[in-house]
Order: sequence, then C-alpha cells, then structure tokens
Amino acid sequence: MSFNLAFYSALFGVLGLVGIALIGLGAHLQLVFGVIIPYVAVILFFVGMIRRVVIWGKCPVPFRIPTTSGQQMTSLPWVKRTLADKIESPSNNWWAALRVATEVLFFRSLFRNLKVNLTKDGPKISYFSSKWLWLGAIAFHYSFLVVLLRHLRFFTQPVPGFVHLLDQIDGFLEVGLPQVQISGFLLLIAVTYLLIRRIVVPQVRYISLPADYFPLFLIIGIALSGILMRYWFKVDVVAVKKLTLSLVHLHPKIPQEGIGWIFYVHLFLVCVLFAYFPFSKLVHMAGIFLSPTRNLPNNSRAVRHINPWNPVVKVHTYEEYEEEFREKMVEAGLPVEKPLEEKE
Amino acid sequence: MYDGGKIIAGLLIGLVLLTFPFWYNLGKAAKLPEPKLAPEAQKAKQCVESKEYMAAHHMQILNKWRDDVVRKRYRIYIGLNGKEFNMSLQNECMKCHTSKKEFCDQCHNFVDVKPYCWECHLEPKEAKEGK
Repeated sequence: MSFNLAFYSALFGVLGLVGIALIGLGAHLQLVFGVIIPYVAVILFFVGMIRRVVIWGKCPVPFRIPTTSGQQMTSLPWVKRTLADKIESPSNNWWAALRVATEVLFFRSLFRNLKVNLTKDGPKISYFSSKWLWLGAIAFHYSFLVVLLRHLRFFTQPVPGFVHLLDQIDGFLEVGLPQVQISGFLLLIAVTYLLIRRIVVPQVRYISLPADYFPLFLIIGIALSGILMRYWFKVDVVAVKKLTLSLVHLHPKIPQEGIGWIFYVHLFLVCVLFAYFPFSKLVHMAGIFLSPTRNLPNNSRAVRHINPWNPVVKVHTYEEYEEEFREKMVEAGLPVEKPLEEKE
Repeated sequence: MYDGGKIIAGLLIGLVLLTFPFWYNLGKAAKLPEPKLAPEAQKAKQCVESKEYMAAHHMQILNKWRDDVVRKRYRIYIGLNGKEFNMSLQNECMKCHTSKKEFCDQCHNFVDVKPYCWECHLEPKEAKEGK
C-alpha cells in the first residue's frame, strides 16, 4: 500500500470522527454521544478482549522456543548462572513469569533493538544499540497509564488517595492554573515521536498500513482534545463528573448544566479507541502475556513436550512382543528378558 | 483451551483491574455538590462574569488576578456589563461567597481538587470556628 493512501486514510478517518461528534452535537444527540456510545464501546471492549484471548487460548501451545542459551539450567550446577541468566533463560514457570514481567514493565525486547549499519568503504556490517524506539515507547505507555489513572478522579467518589497523590506528583511544577500535568504533554510528545518515526524511517514507512497510523492519530486526537479541554476550551468539570459518575453507577443522566463541545469530541474519540482496541494491533495489551518466546520456560531438555495434535499411534512394545512370542523364542533359543514360567 | 487455568486466571485479573470504577463505587451513593449561594451573593445577582463562564474559568480568572495585582499593580477588573471589581479574593470574592466550606469546597471536594489559594489567603470564619 502506498504511503499516501495509508497515511491520509488514517488521518482523515480520525478527522471524520471529530466531524461526526461535532455534527452529532449540532443535532443535540448528547444522549447518544454521552451515554449510548460510551456503553456500547465499553461492552465491545470487554467482549472483544475476552473473545480475542479465548481464540488465542484455543491455539496449541508451541514447543518451547529457546531464544537464549543456558539451557543447562539446574542440571549442571557448576555452570554459574547470574540473576540475568535465570530471567533470560528461565528454568521454571516462576522465572518465566519474571521474564514476562520484564517485557511488560520494561519492554525488554525493544531495549535490545539493534541498528544495522553497512559501511560505505567496504562490505562491513556493524550493529549499534538503538534505544530511541524503546525510549519513545516507554514514555508513551507510562504517560498514558498515568493519564488513565488520573482520570479515575472522574469515575470514583470518594476519590482514592493514590489518584490524588499521582495528581500532585504529576503537577509538581505548579505552573499555571489548572496546573500543568507533565504526563499529558509527555503523552502527546511521545505519540508524535512515534508517528514521525513511522514517517521518516524508510523501512518502517514502507511496511506501515492504515492500521498503524490510525491508532496514532486517534491517540494524538485524544491527547490534544484533552489538553485543549483542560487548559484552553474550558468545560464545567462538575457537570463532567456528574455525567461520568452516573455512567459508572449505571444510572446514566446527561447533566442539565450542559458540557462544552470539546468534551464530547474527547469522549467520542476515547470511545472509538475502546471499541477499536480488541480488533486491532492494540490488543497486544493482552497478547504480550501470551508471547510464546517469553512465557515458556526453557526446559525442553528436562520436560517432554508432547505435540497436542499428534495422531494416536498404535504401538507394540517389546514387552508385549515378548509376551506374545516367548514360548517360540525360547524354543528357537533366543534370549528373553523374562524366563518361561514353569508349568506345574 | 490450552493452559486454560492460567489464561482464565489472567483474564479474570485483567477484568477485575479494568472494571475498577464499576465495582469501586458499588453501594456508595455519590454525594453531589451543593454549593450554597450566601444571601450576599443572591443580593448581588451577578458574579464577575456569567455563571457558566465562572464555573469553567474561575481558576484562570483568579490566577490572572493574582499576577495582575502582585506583578503589575493592576487593581480593577472590568467584568460583565462593564461592572468594575476589585481584584481580590478575600475582599471581593469572599464578600459574596462568604463561606469556603459551603461554596468553594463543595465542588472542589467533588472533583478532588485542592487549590493552593489557602496556603496564603486566610479562610474566612470556619478557621476561627475550628479553633
């Protein structure tokens, strides 16, 4: 697919979503955009996620894929294994769980990212550690997590203490009023970096599809509308919380005060993200836990792996064979493991 | 399902975490804010700007007032209908909105905002009553 088609279809897709929200508000469909669509999106999200994971669960678990050496594990105790070795080449499920944790929390695989360089003066290849993708990814995911957790103040009453603490740490710069929250801007910067990387690096640009650009534009739209709402196009926060609380209390009600248009744009984009989540690459949120190279311990020598779709093979073991032909074997003078029983 | 036990356990943990707002609020009736307009405010009938504007923007107005007064020595704010106001939280705002507890705190507590106004400004009355 050409770059232009992939890029612009995603961009105009997101702009179209903003347009839909604005047209809906113009037609006074607050109930649709404030209540019905959020509920539909949340249901789609949960049903979709469960469906996706169950589909994955039905796939046979592959044979262990040892991506590291050090499979001697515990059987050769004189081979020294550091903590890193134990995590990299786990001998049991607990160590494997730790390896998955390093992947989920620290993006271990991205940290390993290498850049290949072909020198011009000769056919020499050199590899460089390339951490930019890792840095962008970690900034993006963690700032998104903080933003998400901070939003709990709209969905809980009373608000749990950790949300307030997070709010204070996030706004410790004490710049402006409402105070600038670092995570929101960091999220926008990081997701913009990930987008620019996709456009600028030729190899990545070549393999990028609308499904790669669309979530990026969607999240940029969400972050941008959220920042604009918080600092510039102000809305009545009390009315917003009345609506969000009524949603989680399952007694939905559009507050009479009315909420500014930017809120509905923000909410609609978030709903689209939720509904889109299980059906797109974003579902790696659940999938990362099912990565076979990460979650299977390297015990292929210690534990026998039986292929689940092996056909049942009729076997005739030696014991059975001998049992059947023992008399004839003894007669012919062939050695047997169990002597003939003496007939009384 | 292969490794069904582990996968279902993981799914359940994920579901419990992600549905936090739904079960956290169970059985808790949300106390909606009831900011009370003091009689002084009802008599004045209008605030610096329109009610809707104040609901969304009051913190920005106060922030600007502080900078204007402290850094630029401006004292007068021209509000709705050309009415002039003295840019002062204690001497102007609190003249009408006399009670922090019954006015400011109502919404601030509701949306979990703890403004730092009161690190410098004195709280009216309640502080004395508290002692």
